[in-house]
Amino acid sequence: MALSLINMVMHLVLLAAAPPLMLGLIQRTKALLAGRKGPPLLQPYYDLYKLLRKGIVLSKTATWIFRAGPMVTLVAVLLGGLLVPFGTSAAPLHFQGDVILLIYVLALARFFTSLAALDTGSSFEGMGAAREVTFACLSEAALMLGLLVLIKFSGSLSLNTMLRAPAMHAFAMLPVASLMLAAVGMFIVLLAENARIPVDDPATHLELTMIHEVMVLDHSGPLLALVNYGAAVKLFVFAALFLHFVPPVPSASPALNWAVFAAEMLGVAVAIGLVESLMARLRLTHVPTLLVAASLLCGFGFILMLR
Amino acid sequence: MSMATTPDTPWQRLAVLVNGRALPKSAVPELSITDFQQAILGGVARQCRVAALFGMPDRTSPDALWLYVVLADDDSSRLRLGRTRIGDNSFPSLTPACWQVHLFEREIAEQFGRVPVGHPWLKPVRFHRSYQPGRDAWNRPAEAEIAAGVMDFYQVKGDQIHEVAVGPVHAGIIEPGHFRFQCDGENVLHLEIALGYQHRGGERALAAGPGPRSIHYAETLAGDSTIGHATAYCQAVEALGGIQKSARAQSLRATALELERLANHVGDLGALSGDVGFTSTQAFCGRLRGEFLNMTAVLCGSRFGRGLLCPGGVRFAPDVSAIDALRRSLVRAEAETRQAVELLWNSSSVMARFVDTGVVPRQLAIDLGMVGPAARACGLNRDARQNHPSGLFRFTHIPVATWESGDVFARAYVRFLEVQRSCEFVCQQLDSLPSGAVRSPLAPLAADSLAVALVEAWRGEVCHVVLTDEQGCFERYKVVDPSFHNWAAVAMALRGGQISDFPLCNKSFNLSYCGHDL
Repeated sequence: MALSLINMVMHLVLLAAAPPLMLGLIQRTKALLAGRKGPPLLQPYYDLYKLLRKGIVLSKTATWIFRAGPMVTLVAVLLGGLLVPFGTSAAPLHFQGDVILLIYVLALARFFTSLAALDTGSSFEGMGAAREVTFACLSEAALMLGLLVLIKFSGSLSLNTMLRAPAMHAFAMLPVASLMLAAVGMFIVLLAENARIPVDDPATHLELTMIHEVMVLDHSGPLLALVNYGAAVKLFVFAALFLHFVPPVPSASPALNWAVFAAEMLGVAVAIGLVESLMARLRLTHVPTLLVAASLLCGFGFILMLR
Repeated sequence: MSMATTPDTPWQRLAVLVNGRALPKSAVPELSITDFQQAILGGVARQCRVAALFGMPDRTSPDALWLYVVLADDDSSRLRLGRTRIGDNSFPSLTPACWQVHLFEREIAEQFGRVPVGHPWLKPVRFHRSYQPGRDAWNRPAEAEIAAGVMDFYQVKGDQIHEVAVGPVHAGIIEPGHFRFQCDGENVLHLEIALGYQHRGGERALAAGPGPRSIHYAETLAGDSTIGHATAYCQAVEALGGIQKSARAQSLRATALELERLANHVGDLGALSGDVGFTSTQAFCGRLRGEFLNMTAVLCGSRFGRGLLCPGGVRFAPDVSAIDALRRSLVRAEAETRQAVELLWNSSSVMARFVDTGVVPRQLAIDLGMVGPAARACGLNRDARQNHPSGLFRFTHIPVATWESGDVFARAYVRFLEVQRSCEFVCQQLDSLPSGAVRSPLAPLAADSLAVALVEAWRGEVCHVVLTDEQGCFERYKVVDPSFHNWAAVAMALRGGQISDFPLCNKSFNLSYCGHDL
């Protein structure tokens, strides 16, 4: 009981505090590979603090939806973070069928971000929302197919059981080919869902090329802080989700398990930084091809399990 | 040239001049407006370009306006000049028959209130009042405010069509310009570009010269082409004054011009990689651009070459140790640039973005009268250093870099080739820098004369046409920045393209806003 309480506290603390650090790690990786020093690791925290102290500029045409967008999105992704187990420790919130809830809260987050973007009436943000939902149709399919692999393997519809199943089984028992295919697919979903290169460029200032950033162009001050924090949490949750497809062997020591989780998350951040440094963005018209490829990879992973 | 056949076509009556020389105004033939336009069409049919077409008030009669044309005959390295006098408030537009004059005619309409009748796209260029009060091509009342970018934009109607307006304030630290897209989803049906936000009155300030300020006005016509415009100004003044430059001065000018090209091309290649999210080349080229700028600073103390040139030569001469340092840093920077840029050609993800994006067909480039790397990327052999050599380029040639495909890749690759050739050229110059004085004494300018100076600045051909009055003061100073020719090509390159590719495409041209707005 005490152990699960500690695990739960660890989960909550990490979910709340660690996501911006992940952004800092990605930035640092990119900077080092480009031969730059880069901003401090904690820069995303400083930025959030700075934004929280600023005022908010609201467009005359914006309604309550514009203000609700970042809040609903943040709450939704935080809820998602409670459903996904971090590493080999149990998730704080779990019940049979919660995988459906995860997909829905992520969709809710996207729905409100897009709605807030449309609420501004700006042609840029309308364009961004259109791109976001178009690509979401494809990345959600990949996500669900990827999750199906683990549902099939574990026979459970609860994230807590199905995601941790690979770590709980001996290596010889694992459907390695399926997991590898799904892992590649899920990594693409991770990049696409979190507006990373090659799908989107989080660092660009060119509105016409953006997807996620252009949707939040009108948000400022504390609202922008919520948006940025929400985006960081989403990245963290997706990274934690992705890690279950490349599971480590759990040890007897919970502390070691958490250390392994932290190391794995660092690995994901470095991997994202590597991808962003080594390749350019795709042409927007080629993004669907990539997302369909992710769906196919996850789908084949699933098919391989149907004997 | 087939001179023999019919000796008296309007085209053959045009005066012949070479770049960097002057001739008396009276030697420029006065043609009727019909012959004038036939001469332009005749020249264009013989692969000439319209380098400048501009109006000049006639001091003898306030109702009349001179129109001057400078045609650049690239194959024979000759310029052909003609003029006509139009009286009343309109003249027939040549644009439907010759696209490359479209912006020149709009400019004449805006500056002198003469309407080119039949112009398909008659809108203001820079949004200022007519130079001649009381004459306005659009009959705007004298008290009405004229604001940049306020005009009727071309619109596409339909349920699926949406309009996207970008600028004049942009997210990046760039100059102001307004871009209006008519889109069907992500596809661009039409792009209209409204400039004029940077109009400072550069031409008119120059026309008040020559004076101590004139060279500085020229240097700031387009800040990133300081050497290009200053060289053109100096050449025009030297042509009018009959001033000979020393070999050392010419070598230093050419060196500075190529260093300016190097800094900007390397910066552009970095910015292009940044636009597709390829961070390593972006970061390296950003630093290397600074190295090249610093080399110009070694020459004159200013990273942008301000104050280096003066009529008669240059103001500064580097000593032996500076030349040595310059050469060393150039060799190092060249090797690093090559390494950083070759990453682009070796990355399939970058090439997938560059290839086939923003294609300008060769014929369109000819029709629009494009110049500079953008024209050479369409396979056109247009380079004023080669076609109309002046200064040192009469003796030392830099091979012209061209590519055929006309897309973003071609514009990037031409820059890459030019970087290598310019580095080689600058090294040669530094190895064999002639000795001697760097500044020749000035002489009074010839009265009632006209001089043309063409300089291949990094962005393309800079053209300065200077006319003097009976005292030898400037009467009209016409500046044509390469951007003036090329902006229309940006709009055309986007047609049928993706709106998300616009920033990349725009950057591959990297045209000047203030060079256009003057």
